[in-house]
Amino acid sequence: MTSLMAETKVGAPFGAPVYELNRVSKTYARNLVVALEEVDLTLRKGSFTSVIGSSGCGKSTLLKIMAGLIPPTKGRVVLQDKPVTGPRRDIGMMFQQATLFPWKTAIENIVLPIEIRDGKPAAKAAMAKAHELMEIVGLKGFEHVYPNELSGGMAQRTSICRMLITEPAVLLLDEPFSALDELSRDMMNMELQRICREQDATAFLVTHSIQEAVILSDEIVVMKPRPGRVSEIVKVDLPRPRTLDMMTTPEFGEIVEYIRTQLDKGEDM
Amino acid sequence: MTDLSSNPSSTNSNDTMEDTVWVQEVAFIDSVPRWIAMTFVFVVFIGTWYFVTAFGLVSPIILPTPLETFQDMIFVGTNLVTGGYMLTALWITILEVIYGFALAIAIGFSLGVLVGETAFGEKAVMPYLVAIDTMPKVAFAPLFVAWLGFGIESKVALAAFIATFPIVVGTAAGLHAADENARMLFKTMGASRMQTLIKMKLPSGLPQIFTGLKIGAVGVMAGAITGEFLGGGKGFGELIRVAASQLNTPRVFSLILYLSLVGLALYLLVQFTQRKVVFWHAERVGSHDG
Repeated sequence: MTSLMAETKVGAPFGAPVYELNRVSKTYARNLVVALEEVDLTLRKGSFTSVIGSSGCGKSTLLKIMAGLIPPTKGRVVLQDKPVTGPRRDIGMMFQQATLFPWKTAIENIVLPIEIRDGKPAAKAAMAKAHELMEIVGLKGFEHVYPNELSGGMAQRTSICRMLITEPAVLLLDEPFSALDELSRDMMNMELQRICREQDATAFLVTHSIQEAVILSDEIVVMKPRPGRVSEIVKVDLPRPRTLDMMTTPEFGEIVEYIRTQLDKGEDM
Repeated sequence: MTDLSSNPSSTNSNDTMEDTVWVQEVAFIDSVPRWIAMTFVFVVFIGTWYFVTAFGLVSPIILPTPLETFQDMIFVGTNLVTGGYMLTALWITILEVIYGFALAIAIGFSLGVLVGETAFGEKAVMPYLVAIDTMPKVAFAPLFVAWLGFGIESKVALAAFIATFPIVVGTAAGLHAADENARMLFKTMGASRMQTLIKMKLPSGLPQIFTGLKIGAVGVMAGAITGEFLGGGKGFGELIRVAASQLNTPRVFSLILYLSLVGLALYLLVQFTQRKVVFWHAERVGSHDG
């Protein structure tokens, strides 16, 4: 058991730290609820980190702080040596819903972040890159299709491209495939792994599914509610690339079981 | 191919068992094309009308026969086609409707953006708009006449006044239509307020905005005619008023019919524009949002 999981919060054997959070706390002024307390977190270059926890554990608050959407009450949030004080182009984000705009074609949706930040000519110049990304995610030929005609999985692939178009240093994934059926979700998770490897991306995933977290992650941040805090960081030592077959191995089962126990402990409190 | 059915008993028993085919009941109306159903209603309507008038159940002054009405429709139609005085009157009313609608769109859209986009508008302006909207707007007609005279202006004002509010409400509702994820996405992209409004909120709200425009298109017609009833002038409404005062009921009927064609044309124009602009928003057939 312990051979699989180093139960420590110290550095994993990946690249240099990309995203660092030190003693980050968030108290909502409105009702004085402590949403996050003293969260320390380091995302290293090329690593995949998941955060898991019951509702109210502060996952989404953490994600919003990391996205620069809301400020922390206390603590330091630093991405690529620069403090995060608002939304940034080196932060890519993806939501549970694909959130594509129906009046734009797939490729126009993909270059939208460029259009917003740098204007229409820049967006046009980014079309070539968008084509490339669409090929990577297997959407070649669907460039000029409107979102209405895309399946749920294809829509999420499109939103992956939109997230990648600005070449972000960190990918924040907010339960990106939870609206898909289970078969598509497994497939998309494998796709996500492949894309992250190809792009050497640093990813941070919020999820409700322990299996999903284990199959994708190098590290899993287990959070507990009231107040939201990190209770443990679990290392996943399964070899890469991960395959869906691994989900049936005893090692996989052990890690899932261990995290489940940790989460249940949190519930008793 | 037969060895696909690996279960040996199934091939044997299939020969002896009968298919469970049964007839599913279909409601009669589902098997009738729409145009036949519509023709049926039309025939029943005309038939009842004919029956009531032909047997003298109603005084001919109150209700003319279908034939009289039809003859008068031909008369009015001829006058319109040949450029008679009725065409001049109709053109005046059409101008009132066009100007009124344009004015209503300009004011309604601006106010809609104000109350839909700004917190000030929603807090401080919206309550007044709601208050005015609950008033019977037709009652303002004499005021418009007093302010703007008996010409086309007072009718345009009343028409615009009536049509503005649905457009305000449609625009404001449309600006709130974008979902939370879309808003968050635009924030993460660092979009300015103007970019968010133009590239996300307005396009997302187009279906609601067009619903407002359609309701406004119906109201603008009513406003123009009411204005003519109450403020005189030389429009089609005046023709109707005069015909009614002469107890020329067939004329009233046929004038209303031609007038309704104008209203219908305006409505269809808005609907056509909507289909072109909001191409991604599939509208249900026989939409109820008008």
